[in-house]
Amino acid sequence: MTLGITPSQTVGPYFAYGLTPNGKYAWKDTFGNNLITSDAAGERIRIEGQVFDADGAPVTDSMLEIWQADAQGRYANPADPRPRNSTFQGFGRTGTDGDGRFVFDTIKPGSVPGPDDKPQAPHILVAVFARGMLRQSYTRIYFGDEPGNADDPILALVPADRRATLIAAKSVTNGHPVYTFDIRLQGDAETVFFEI
Amino acid sequence: MTFYFPTQSLSAFPPRLSPAYKSTPKRSPSKPLILMKHTLSELTGPVYGQDAVQPGDDDLTRQHAGEPLGERIIVHGRVLDEDGRPVPNALVEVWQANACGRYIHVVDQHPAPIDPNFTGSGRCKTDANGHYKFVTVKPGAYPWGNHPNAWRPAHIHFSMFGHSFVSRLITQMYFPGDPLFPFDPIFNSVTDETARNRMISVFDLENTVPEWALAYRFDIVLRGRNQTPMES
Ligand SMILES: [Fe+2]
Repeated sequence: MTLGITPSQTVGPYFAYGLTPNGKYAWKDTFGNNLITSDAAGERIRIEGQVFDADGAPVTDSMLEIWQADAQGRYANPADPRPRNSTFQGFGRTGTDGDGRFVFDTIKPGSVPGPDDKPQAPHILVAVFARGMLRQSYTRIYFGDEPGNADDPILALVPADRRATLIAAKSVTNGHPVYTFDIRLQGDAETVFFEI
Repeated sequence: MTFYFPTQSLSAFPPRLSPAYKSTPKRSPSKPLILMKHTLSELTGPVYGQDAVQPGDDDLTRQHAGEPLGERIIVHGRVLDEDGRPVPNALVEVWQANACGRYIHVVDQHPAPIDPNFTGSGRCKTDANGHYKFVTVKPGAYPWGNHPNAWRPAHIHFSMFGHSFVSRLITQMYFPGDPLFPFDPIFNSVTDETARNRMISVFDLENTVPEWALAYRFDIVLRGRNQTPMES
């Protein structure tokens, strides 16, 4: 038996009190934007950026979800049977603010297995939801200071002149590493999205 | 069990650019999406602890001092994968307008009353058979600025996680026989009629509770199939 899947519909403009209340509504967040657990090994990093529409206007009513491996490159999911050494879950969610900005505090992921047993460079999956988006768009955050990007099998699928949209630039603020990753939903500098 | 996630199944989804829904033209990609084989990153997804859902989170009528106004309903169903297998322990989050069609969200300022006894958020996890159940009130239709005299058919927003991050689904559950269906560009963004009708719940007389609540059934099918064909 094969069943047809249920179609996607937009998250709409009013999801915040259900999915990202963040203290503004009488409802407890299921997930937040701080993925760090005290027992997790690895480098603490911040990822921040802005979401823009085709006109370059900030998207103030979008939701981002991220999914990543731990610093050893292991996913907290039964489909990854390799043993893990912490309670790091690797999933985060946030809404964008009045300037279209978002922040995640997390652990820098390790390299994870890729096709044909070749490693993938460290990366984080991102799902973007918003009013005006009838289904989520998926992208990936890579890290500007990773030499492995040059050999990454997924980045190799992306036209060379668009790869930069997937690579977060590193800076240091108050001694802490910060990676900047802006998301452009449409336009000349449109972020690369994957059909997965 | 190993799952795979055929991208052909995505033909049931609406196109990202659906001009009748006027927010899509500036928020949909204009460049081709990159096709790729799923890696371990796509084939895995979040597993949430027991504390993600608290007792009572599944009853939207008991979150305040009094009961909300409106028609009390039970909304329930099963979360399945494409092979028809139940998805147990799946997180289901819902949000909706109140019986008057007003959202508690600060951006919704249309002239319909807020109900002090209704927030409109709920969550639960599916049981071992993939079954979930909420108690709520039937949401009202509400106006929006998409086109002159635009009204959304009554709906409940649903958010689900399946076997992996690529089976993540946000959708809307509609009610049978809504006269606004032909005029709603979001509902009709799903171009395949069979797929579109999967978003409409079924009136469920058998599960109504006499003297207390009507019931609607809404089954949800998420991406994911068994890697090896099942033996007959
Ligand atoms: Fe809505």
